[in-house]
Amino acid sequence: MSLYVMDIALMGMGMYALLAKRHIIKKIIGLVIMEYSINLFLILVGYKADGIAPIQDSQINAATLAARAVDPLPQALVLTSIVIGLGTLALMASLAIKLYEKYKTFDMSEINRLRG
Amino acid sequence: MDFEKQISDESLGMTVVVKTISRMAMSFILLFGFYIVLYGHLTPGGGFAGGVILAIAYVLLMLAFSKDVALAKLSNFWASMWDNLGALSFIVIGFVGLSGGYFFYNFVSHGTPGKLLSAGIIPLCNISIAVKVGAALYAIFIGLSIYGRLVTEEEK
Amino acid sequence: MLALFHVLLFFMIVGSIVAIEIKNMLSAVIAVGAVGFGVSLLFLFLGAPDIAITQVIVEVLSLIILIRTTTFADNRAIEAKIDNFATVTGLIFIGFLIMAALWAFQDITPFGEPIMRVSRRYLANTAAETGAVNAVAGVILDYRAYDTLGEAMVLFTSILGAFVILRRQGKKKERNETEEFGIMQ
Repeated sequence: MSLYVMDIALMGMGMYALLAKRHIIKKIIGLVIMEYSINLFLILVGYKADGIAPIQDSQINAATLAARAVDPLPQALVLTSIVIGLGTLALMASLAIKLYEKYKTFDMSEINRLRG
Repeated sequence: MDFEKQISDESLGMTVVVKTISRMAMSFILLFGFYIVLYGHLTPGGGFAGGVILAIAYVLLMLAFSKDVALAKLSNFWASMWDNLGALSFIVIGFVGLSGGYFFYNFVSHGTPGKLLSAGIIPLCNISIAVKVGAALYAIFIGLSIYGRLVTEEEK
Repeated sequence: MLALFHVLLFFMIVGSIVAIEIKNMLSAVIAVGAVGFGVSLLFLFLGAPDIAITQVIVEVLSLIILIRTTTFADNRAIEAKIDNFATVTGLIFIGFLIMAALWAFQDITPFGEPIMRVSRRYLANTAAETGAVNAVAGVILDYRAYDTLGEAMVLFTSILGAFVILRRQGKKKERNETEEFGIMQ
């Protein structure tokens, strides 16, 4: 239970960086930290105590897996989520580069003031 | 442009040490990427991780040498073509499964579990996803490096 | 094992505090890289080697993209006054989040005992029905292949969107004179 609370604290720190910082790269860092914490939370929920990875080999057969393996379903969802996070980061970085080219600064409150 | 002259040109890219090591390392990175993709149904890995590893090999080529050497190896046109072919083949595999009953039906024979040639359409899907993801990430890196330098080079 | 999880999570929290508060941008990006590697280690010890490989590789590529973004311009942080309204609003939202989370955690399953109703059927029948020995590969490419199709489409669309944003409508003359610069010069 304390692991869950520490994970939500990590998500809260990411949200603080997204809301309260003015530099646009700090906002991107806040979003990235939030993504890490959410993926970690899904895998934490699916962990079985003293569990093994869900892969068969010559010594582990299907019945042992069904009794002792960790949950494979959150792992499938988190796998796609990590790669989607990379695509979103590429989009955010290109937006940041374009904003710098137009306004010559990374400061969001300056950009809000200048407005074209 | 002269390819050999660009590789040994001292003013482009990084120093000679970095260029030699990255030339050797790139073939090993490509080999490792192919292994992770092809054995995706037997050991951890799969199409997504292998595709990103293949993209990283070409990004290493671009960082150590210059952007033109990387574009001569895999041009803009071919990067987007591989991206589209990967996505198209993934959808075609799904549609062919309609003949067996439902979308993405596993119509190739399953084989014995544990061998390399087993698990039906899963290795084919892994290969097409790896091609798609690798080409897309390489193309976005080319885009980020072309369009970034124009700011400091011209005074608006 | 449980102590190891606590140590790794504490290391991640310290790393993200460093990443958010430090003034030099390059150091902040490298601290985010350290947090990502900590997450990957935690995935490995939680029994998910597939995810650990993917997280390490994606971490390396996103570090390269972030360093590229911060160093092609000046990397000083904004040394100005703190925006009071945004800070207070941020802290109020975090307070709401933690209160709602603590209330919801009374109904969640305890750590280490997941409810695996569907997954037991998947684990018992993966080798027989799909032929794959890796249960995660069997789930993402046979039992739940629709989700993989959706993910491929999302990646395609986001890369397409990044290209549309980065497009330059300049004259042909100014495009020719920047073609020979390497990326790290």
